[in-house]
Amino acid sequence: MAGTLEFSPDDRYNAFITTCSTAPFTDGALAGTAVAIKDNISTAGIQTTCGSKILEGYVPPYDAYVVELLRKAGAAIVGKTNMDEFGMGTTTETSAFGPTQNPADLSRVPGGSSGGSAAAVAAGLVPMALGTDTGGSIRCPAAFCGIAGLKPTYGRVSRYGLIAYANSLEQIGPMARTVEDVSRLMSVIARYDPRDSTMLDRPYDHQPSAEIKGLRVGIPEEYFGEGVDPRVGETVRDAIGVLEGLGAETVPVSIPGMRHALAAYYVICTSEASSNLARFDGVRYGPAVDTRKSWHEAYQDLRLELFGAEVRRRIMLGTFALSAGYAGRYYAKAQVARRNIHQDFERAFREADVIAGPTMPTTAFRLGEKSDPLSMYLSDILTVPANLAGIPAISVPCGRVDGLPVGLQIMGRQFEDERVVDTAYAYEQEVRA
Amino acid sequence: MKTIVGLEIHVQLSTATKLFCGCSTDYRDDEPNTHCCPVCLGLPGALPRLNRRAVDYGLKVAKALDMKVLEESEFARKNYFYPDLPKAYQITQYDKPLAVEGTVEIEDDEGHEKIVRITRVHLEEDPGRLVHVAGGSKYSLVDYNRSGIPLLEIVTEPDMRSPQEARRFLNKLRTVLEYLGVFDGEREGGLRVDANISLEGSERVEVKNISSYKGVEKALTFEVTRQKNLLRRGQKVTRETRHFMEGRGITTSSRSKEEEHDYRYFPEPDLRPLRVADRVAAIDLPELPTARKNRFMAQYGISLNHARTLTGDPKLADFYERVASADPVLAATWVADTLLGELNYRDMGIAAVPAERIVELLALLRTETITDTVGVQVLREMLDACAAGKPCEPPAVIVEREGLARATGDEFAQVVEKVVAANPQAVEDYRAGKKGALNFLVGQVMKETRGRADPRELGKIVSGYIDTGGV
Repeated sequence: MAGTLEFSPDDRYNAFITTCSTAPFTDGALAGTAVAIKDNISTAGIQTTCGSKILEGYVPPYDAYVVELLRKAGAAIVGKTNMDEFGMGTTTETSAFGPTQNPADLSRVPGGSSGGSAAAVAAGLVPMALGTDTGGSIRCPAAFCGIAGLKPTYGRVSRYGLIAYANSLEQIGPMARTVEDVSRLMSVIARYDPRDSTMLDRPYDHQPSAEIKGLRVGIPEEYFGEGVDPRVGETVRDAIGVLEGLGAETVPVSIPGMRHALAAYYVICTSEASSNLARFDGVRYGPAVDTRKSWHEAYQDLRLELFGAEVRRRIMLGTFALSAGYAGRYYAKAQVARRNIHQDFERAFREADVIAGPTMPTTAFRLGEKSDPLSMYLSDILTVPANLAGIPAISVPCGRVDGLPVGLQIMGRQFEDERVVDTAYAYEQEVRA
Repeated sequence: MKTIVGLEIHVQLSTATKLFCGCSTDYRDDEPNTHCCPVCLGLPGALPRLNRRAVDYGLKVAKALDMKVLEESEFARKNYFYPDLPKAYQITQYDKPLAVEGTVEIEDDEGHEKIVRITRVHLEEDPGRLVHVAGGSKYSLVDYNRSGIPLLEIVTEPDMRSPQEARRFLNKLRTVLEYLGVFDGEREGGLRVDANISLEGSERVEVKNISSYKGVEKALTFEVTRQKNLLRRGQKVTRETRHFMEGRGITTSSRSKEEEHDYRYFPEPDLRPLRVADRVAAIDLPELPTARKNRFMAQYGISLNHARTLTGDPKLADFYERVASADPVLAATWVADTLLGELNYRDMGIAAVPAERIVELLALLRTETITDTVGVQVLREMLDACAAGKPCEPPAVIVEREGLARATGDEFAQVVEKVVAANPQAVEDYRAGKKGALNFLVGQVMKETRGRADPRELGKIVSGYIDTGGV
């Protein structure tokens, strides 16, 4: 049933940076299904900007491996979704192509950085989309927009073709309205790719099961503490109650390393970003550098002009954290904190099979509300631990506060994405019924 | 005043593909930017995939230099902006190199054996190359064909005491690399050297950008003179980086702030740490130059000098072993002295010479079918044919066609008679006891017979003829 899909969405949310009015597709598991791709994932022949002016007009000559897999599975690639510039943000407001609105409430942000993908799915423009998650960028917008989104185990999905923000933290993952569709999309993209040396050959081939009797669900006190909106906490506790009703048992666990999670996360991601983003110099792709100036002056001017403020801030922070005389105090220390969190999770997963808590400490912010970068960084506190530990984590809608969606986050052991999906699926089936 | 030299050598490993992608490394005669892919162009989203062969090559070198291979080694990013560096960082190794602490044995300036310690070896990718268009163009072009070629960086301790020692070290190192089959010395730009040089008690100067063996000796000799002159004039040597201008044979100060980099090294997050202990154990080293030299002397009974020359290049040593069997000493003389000289004169490599022809030539010499003089003539004819891409005729055919077989008996009588008759003055001088006169007469006979007679034998015949009046 190969063919061409016509795609002309009513994108009043600014969910897309690029749309493809006709999208060819082939036979396969996703034959004819419209899939939107976050704009930091390379698509051959389709502009890929990372939400940045510095890549405006860049058309990759190759497909990311996940895109190759999607095409083979028959998906129709219908467009590229809006995002915080290079993934650096929690609201999709740092995009050079303007903010995306939350379909659940147009005065609110969709979350970020995969806000365009989440909004496109939530508004029903596409049934499924790919996002990427470096510190919560799939789960946060999923929670804010009221859809499901999975950050896979680090090393489960190929990063080949994903334009790097923070290589050691990020994964591409599926976003959809239901956990079942998240699982379907995951089955297509989680295939071994030898070009990504950080992958393990652990393909995901799974039919979700709602049977969770006897499952031990860890409840970390840190996920219900200071900074978490009590009404969000209550909603999530109610959702955990649903899991108990299905035969799961809860156990208290603790992730004491959370204290340093945000600091460690921001040092590591900005350090890696400062190196990753250095290649954008206007020589080989994107808007061309001014050749009349000396090369270093030309680089400087181009990067100042075309990178947004948040990106420049993070490049500066990362450059500082890696520089001689400071690397020991920042980069090296952050690695220690990262190992501690990893060990905390390992310990917790001896008591519990999965760990549950809120995805975000609050519901979606108002557009423009997070003008102070630090308060925006703080809202990542519940999502970054999974990236630091490399474990799978899903966000599934679990109710509303003041009419705004709340996400239940379920984290699992490394390479137990299936169990995380099953838990979310069990919840979803139970509340839907 | 003691001279102290340490070297950093970048060697292009002769793998078929690049260090982190499948692009071919054989780009020398090709158009710019034709051996490129998303990975070596540093396109957004591309990821490095380590070439296992390059790691094995590096480990071979480590093992041959008797180094400690680290339990876990790691790639790191060296961050700096430069238009030839497409990712704006080079993937290299920093605090966890492939191997540390090795040795290379060389001869010092007095001919004694000495040890140069190797600090470390590590793998890294070559950047692209800037092409500056002639004629004062306002722009430069970038060629990424070289981008991602595997380099092995070899760092020595400051153990060399003269520019000559540094050159001998490099020659020895090159020989080892060629024996290991990890380096092709004929590839242009395949080896680049940064040299640190100081006079004892003075500041150290780094000379960058040296791309030949001779260049190293030249650059260092220039620096020794320059630094000594500074001190003689009561000035100080400044600690700095200098560039070697190959064409002019001098070094010039870089004086550039761009040299003062903070490279912000950190572990490359796109690659896993390397654990190579089992791979090292599996490596079988070939016979290395020193061992082969000693075996040549023992097995073939040839001189140290010949053994050293013949084993200085693995291809030459292989060639020698193919032609040595009938008379190894004769073969050593002919290959190490005559053939090598003729090849250098023609700028030819040993690979172009058919070994079986040399075997045949040596047989003609051994059986005294031809003289040494004719041997050289025939060899030249064969090499000229090879160099011109023509078929190389068997030496016997050349000898037959040109009538070069050793002359004997009656054939001589006439020539000697003729030469003696034509040179009465020389005959008189000879009778008066002038030694040179006989040599002259022998030379004349040689000329007449086109070298087909053995000069020693001829001497006896000519003197006998004059003394007795008959051949």
